[in-house]
Amino acid sequence: MTSDGHIVLSVRNLTKTYRSAGEQVAVLRGVNLDIATGERVALAGESGSGKSTLLHLIAGLDRVDGGEIRLAGASIGELSDSGRAALRRDQLGLVFQQFNLIPSLNVEDNLAFQARIAGRHDAAWHGELVDRLGLGPLLKRYPEQLSGGQQQRVAIGRALATKPLLVLADEPTGNLDEASADEVLALARDLVARTGCGFLMVTHSARLAATLDRRVNLSAGVIA
Amino acid sequence: MTGVGWILTVLLSHWRRHPMQLATLLIGLISATALWSGVQALNQQARTSYDRAAATFGGARVPMLVARRGTSLPQQIFVDLRRAGWPVSPMLEGRLQIGGRSYRLLGIEPITLPVEVGAAAAIGKTDLQSFIIPPGQTLVAPETLSELDLPEGATPEASDGTRLPPLRKVPQMAPGVLVVDIGIAQNLLHRPNEISRLLVGKAKGPQARLESVAGDRLRLVPADSETDLERLTDSFHLNLTAFGLLSFFVGLFIVNSAVGLAFEQRLPMLRTLRACGVSARKLNVMLVLELVTLALLAGLIGLVFGYLIAAALLPDVAASLRGLYGAEIPGELTLKPQWWFAGLAISVIGALVAATASLLKAMRLSVLAIAQPQAWKQAQRRWLLLQAAGAAAVFAAAALLFWFGASLLSGFAVLAALLLGAALILPAMLEMVLSLGQRSTRQALATWFWADSRQQLSGLSVALRALFLALAVNVGVGTMVETFSHTFASWLDGRLAADVYINAADNTQADDIKAWLRLRPEVQAILPNARAETQLDGAPIEIVGLADHSTYRDHWALLQSVANAWARLRPGEAGFVSEQLARRLNLKLGDRIELPAPGGIWTLEVVGIYADYGNPKGEVTVNIAALLRHFPAIPQTRMGLRVAPAQIPALMTALQTRYGLNGRNLVDQATLKADLMGIFNRTFAVTAALNAFTLGVAGIALLTSLLTLANSRLPQLAPLWAIGITRRHLASIELLKTMSVALITTLLALPLGLCVAWCLIAIVNVKAFGWRLPFAVFPLQLMELVAVAMLAALAAALVPAIKLARMQPASLIKIFADER
Amino acid sequence: MISRRTFTAAALALGFGQRCALAQSYAGMNSSAEGFATVVPGRLFSFPADLGPHPDYRIEWWYVTANLTDATGKAYGSQWTLFRLALKPGAPQQGWAYQQIWMGHAAVTRADLHRFSATFARGGVGQAGVDANPFHAWIDSWDMRGIDGMDAMKIAPLALSASGKDFSYALRLDADHALVLQGDAGYSRKSEHEQASYYYSQPFFKAAGRLTIDDKPVEVTGLAWMDREWSSQPLAPDQSGWDWLALHLKTGEKLMLYRIRQTDGRNYRTGNWISADGKPQQIPPAGIRMTPTATTEIGTRKLPTTWRIEIPAHGMAIECTALNAKSWMGIRSSPYWEGPINFSGSHAGVGYLEMTGY
Repeated sequence: MTSDGHIVLSVRNLTKTYRSAGEQVAVLRGVNLDIATGERVALAGESGSGKSTLLHLIAGLDRVDGGEIRLAGASIGELSDSGRAALRRDQLGLVFQQFNLIPSLNVEDNLAFQARIAGRHDAAWHGELVDRLGLGPLLKRYPEQLSGGQQQRVAIGRALATKPLLVLADEPTGNLDEASADEVLALARDLVARTGCGFLMVTHSARLAATLDRRVNLSAGVIA
Repeated sequence: MTGVGWILTVLLSHWRRHPMQLATLLIGLISATALWSGVQALNQQARTSYDRAAATFGGARVPMLVARRGTSLPQQIFVDLRRAGWPVSPMLEGRLQIGGRSYRLLGIEPITLPVEVGAAAAIGKTDLQSFIIPPGQTLVAPETLSELDLPEGATPEASDGTRLPPLRKVPQMAPGVLVVDIGIAQNLLHRPNEISRLLVGKAKGPQARLESVAGDRLRLVPADSETDLERLTDSFHLNLTAFGLLSFFVGLFIVNSAVGLAFEQRLPMLRTLRACGVSARKLNVMLVLELVTLALLAGLIGLVFGYLIAAALLPDVAASLRGLYGAEIPGELTLKPQWWFAGLAISVIGALVAATASLLKAMRLSVLAIAQPQAWKQAQRRWLLLQAAGAAAVFAAAALLFWFGASLLSGFAVLAALLLGAALILPAMLEMVLSLGQRSTRQALATWFWADSRQQLSGLSVALRALFLALAVNVGVGTMVETFSHTFASWLDGRLAADVYINAADNTQADDIKAWLRLRPEVQAILPNARAETQLDGAPIEIVGLADHSTYRDHWALLQSVANAWARLRPGEAGFVSEQLARRLNLKLGDRIELPAPGGIWTLEVVGIYADYGNPKGEVTVNIAALLRHFPAIPQTRMGLRVAPAQIPALMTALQTRYGLNGRNLVDQATLKADLMGIFNRTFAVTAALNAFTLGVAGIALLTSLLTLANSRLPQLAPLWAIGITRRHLASIELLKTMSVALITTLLALPLGLCVAWCLIAIVNVKAFGWRLPFAVFPLQLMELVAVAMLAALAAALVPAIKLARMQPASLIKIFADER
Repeated sequence: MISRRTFTAAALALGFGQRCALAQSYAGMNSSAEGFATVVPGRLFSFPADLGPHPDYRIEWWYVTANLTDATGKAYGSQWTLFRLALKPGAPQQGWAYQQIWMGHAAVTRADLHRFSATFARGGVGQAGVDANPFHAWIDSWDMRGIDGMDAMKIAPLALSASGKDFSYALRLDADHALVLQGDAGYSRKSEHEQASYYYSQPFFKAAGRLTIDDKPVEVTGLAWMDREWSSQPLAPDQSGWDWLALHLKTGEKLMLYRIRQTDGRNYRTGNWISADGKPQQIPPAGIRMTPTATTEIGTRKLPTTWRIEIPAHGMAIECTALNAKSWMGIRSSPYWEGPINFSGSHAGVGYLEMTGY
């Protein structure tokens, strides 16, 4: 499903260079990408093609070298660390391959904590997330007591709890078996559709990429 | 709840899941704060009482004019100086016997008394009129009042029949001192128109030159910011402070390892928080806030424990200070508000210092950092080299201090540098020993045993260092105390040569007693002795007069002497000096000293030097007849008796009933010896208690390190279990490993401890007390300490080992699986 | 031990204050003078004996103020005071048991500065005291001493000296008239009741000598005035302080005036007009008007430092102005104002003003 909504993410001429073993390695050489509200995009590409780098730059976890990333009207490159953190907190949801839950919080608190930090915890939405993700019986458990698929469901819930503009997922199913991966991804797709946010997922699985609205390929530092 | 509150909740949730870690952190902080503030409370208590004493002594806080010759001055000199513009105030000092006890009587002149005289102003809430107009008042400390067992307003009678003015209780006064108006003091001491010294206040106008008023009769003693007592007891307090500091650092080692581990474990959490939109600055602030909160909590608990420690140790501290220096410390602990603030501050600062490395790591945390492969070997090598280099630098500093430092403080600095250097070099030395062990074996499991021990080093080093230092200090202090007590005991044997000691109420009674004793067949000898007080080189000293008798010649050990030393005393132109006095004034045999005596200067040749342990004052020993010629006014009430041992009890009973002598003025050798040994045992009881505390804290450090290490070590153990080594076997290997590392540490601590003992005996004691003891090693004591250390290590290592032995296979599988 | 502060508090509690008027507020000030001698009219004065102390009375003072000028005409003032207080009635004891204590105040004043010092001493040992013949009053290094065969009736010539941390002075005082008995032949009433003192003055001193301020000496000459007064209970319970003036008129006449302020708002006024040849003439209370015209704030206190004085019987109407309005004797326990003044109007001259109890 393509959406005719607003553009939530706009990446223009993005470049990023790393210094590695004394050599400058240009990872991104002018990436352009737009994502509209409700649009679900798969970012594919070979290992080391810069998919994760692009994702980190969009999340404001790393600094851009050239070009511009606009998210919800703000240019990420111009924000301070605190500004970028606030943007992450309020407008983004992040899901990583390593489940990145907080081991000392139970499922319920893990699910809610970004929303709480952002000051927009919504009990009804929280309840709906618990239902849709099937976390009801697991709420009082700690991450170490969950399977990988269960942990990733919590991570997706956490990312969506703030009703962000954009969810970024970095190989969210990379640590899961095929069945769990499909299940988790289906849940993610549904929820993204439910909230109408943009969704950008890094994956090297063509099968999974095909389940999304659009697929872009990062190759030699540019999106083909 | 706000966003900040949620962040804090998330951070704190870690401790809820890891209560042991929290406990470790808190125990570290609590023990650091408790020991530190306990020692501070003791020191503060003592200082407060010195202030009281100083206030009453009118001591060294203000400059003084004292007689150049003799011990008293004519009162007219006070008037002459006032008339010449000198803001002086007279003071008369003497001793007064009441009910068989000797008190220090101070006569002051309240109107001219300089306001700078310590806490004097506070004492002076009394009204002037009743103090100075006869009958006047006798100001006494509450302790003195209860010791005299008299109510306020009573007028006790001195031994010579004169009556003191009505007693009045003044809480700020030092115990054992009676303060009266100067005019009343002159009457009580039968010294009309005499004064002992003049206190000099702040100049209020031009004043004539001292010589033009008083000729060369007076000597100006400049003000000293420290009181005599403070100076004398400095070494004792330095000793306490050093122990307090050591315990504090051991506690901080624990905090450091607990915080380090907690931060390491929380790194993923911190990353997630950052990814979820918490800014780096906010996160850092929250981390510091969390730590400060925990430190305040621990600080409060620590202060309570500190108070308890101080209260428990106070009686011993008070007893030692009284026994060693005559300083009176009230037995009730009073604390100033600053103490509480300082305690909390030290806890917070300590926690921040201990957590510096972890906090910096968290601050530099990159959200994207991917777990680095553990290049532990390389890192550890660099770490060991760095520390060894640091140790070399510290040892060099210690050597420099040793050669060039002269003060007590530099003695302690040498000690501190020695300990610090040793602590730094410990891991490198352990590494060396362990790699030697590894090379000596070919057996697979043994190789793994040594290699794994080496890898564990960095995790255990903090705890091992704590154990190492605590042990070294224990060995050092233990050796010193043992040396002291041996030396002291044999010295006492020689010094207390007489069998019975008598101090009569006055000369008449003394003569009666002597006459009676001469008729008693069991009394083999009557050895009268006497004491006079005077000054030498600005400091008070005592002169002891001994009878010319073989008892002394046979028993009194002289450290150095000329030939026929005892015979040389007889004419009264030679004397022995105590070791302290000889060291302080740099006296050698053949030197001459000039003692101010009532009749003029008494010049003596030094013909012997003797040990005089435990006496803060310098002492000179002369022939008693010569002493009485130069100090005719001193009481001749003391005597020692040689008595056939079997007859002693009967003789004492006879003396008691006949002359009403009691335990204070009639004592047999054994009792006196026991009393003196008691004083010294109590002195070192404090040291021993702090020693035990330190060892205890080190034990806790070891335990907590092992507990926290145990969890992180499971991944290393799981493969071994997987390849077929039983849990029980693994646990025993773990236990063995900890024990062997602890044993190596303990063995390394022994030579260090002996070094420490040598420092204490050869540097610190000499500077602090003025005497040097012969150095001796006590192997039995060392073995005992090794056993204690191994027990502590066993206790610490047993818990994690048992946990491992009982671990569910499923947990091991899970670890094994997760490690994939 | 007892600090000096405590001492002064104690002294004040016994009614020993600046000319006794200070300490009205202290408890015990009006305690009965039981055991001490009482002041009664008709006492016969005898000199030199009455230059010396009267230990049967509770309090006593020797008080000298001087209005001085240097060679350039610059004005100065100086004060030298010795107080005696008996702590207990009865025959004087020997040595330290002697129940008298002494307090000395000294000051120098210039238009731009005021320096003062105070000192305390026990009697009986020689640190402070007064001998009648030869006349000698002293405390510490401060001295007032008859010299050159002093004439007891003139109390002159005298050598006077005192020093503080940052000032000192030494003056020679000469007089060509005899001392003057104040009040009724030396009986000076202080209230409408029994309160009174024995009081005589030597207002005719000519002073010459040297003042040193901050180590800079200056030669001065001028006029000085001595007050001698003793009593056992000079103030009534309802009296709060006093304003006292000693004036040297250009005509050679002298005027002593005081008003004792009462808590009921009324004042007890007394004056003595002394002719140039030394004849005193009492001025009745109704014949004196003393009106403050301006005040100076010193700390939290307000002091009237200019006065209008009217004595119709002598055709006097003058304005008095302080040389230095901040002549404050900030002695902790007994602070008061004492300093030189100038006056003009119907008469002109210099003098001293003392104000206590503010």
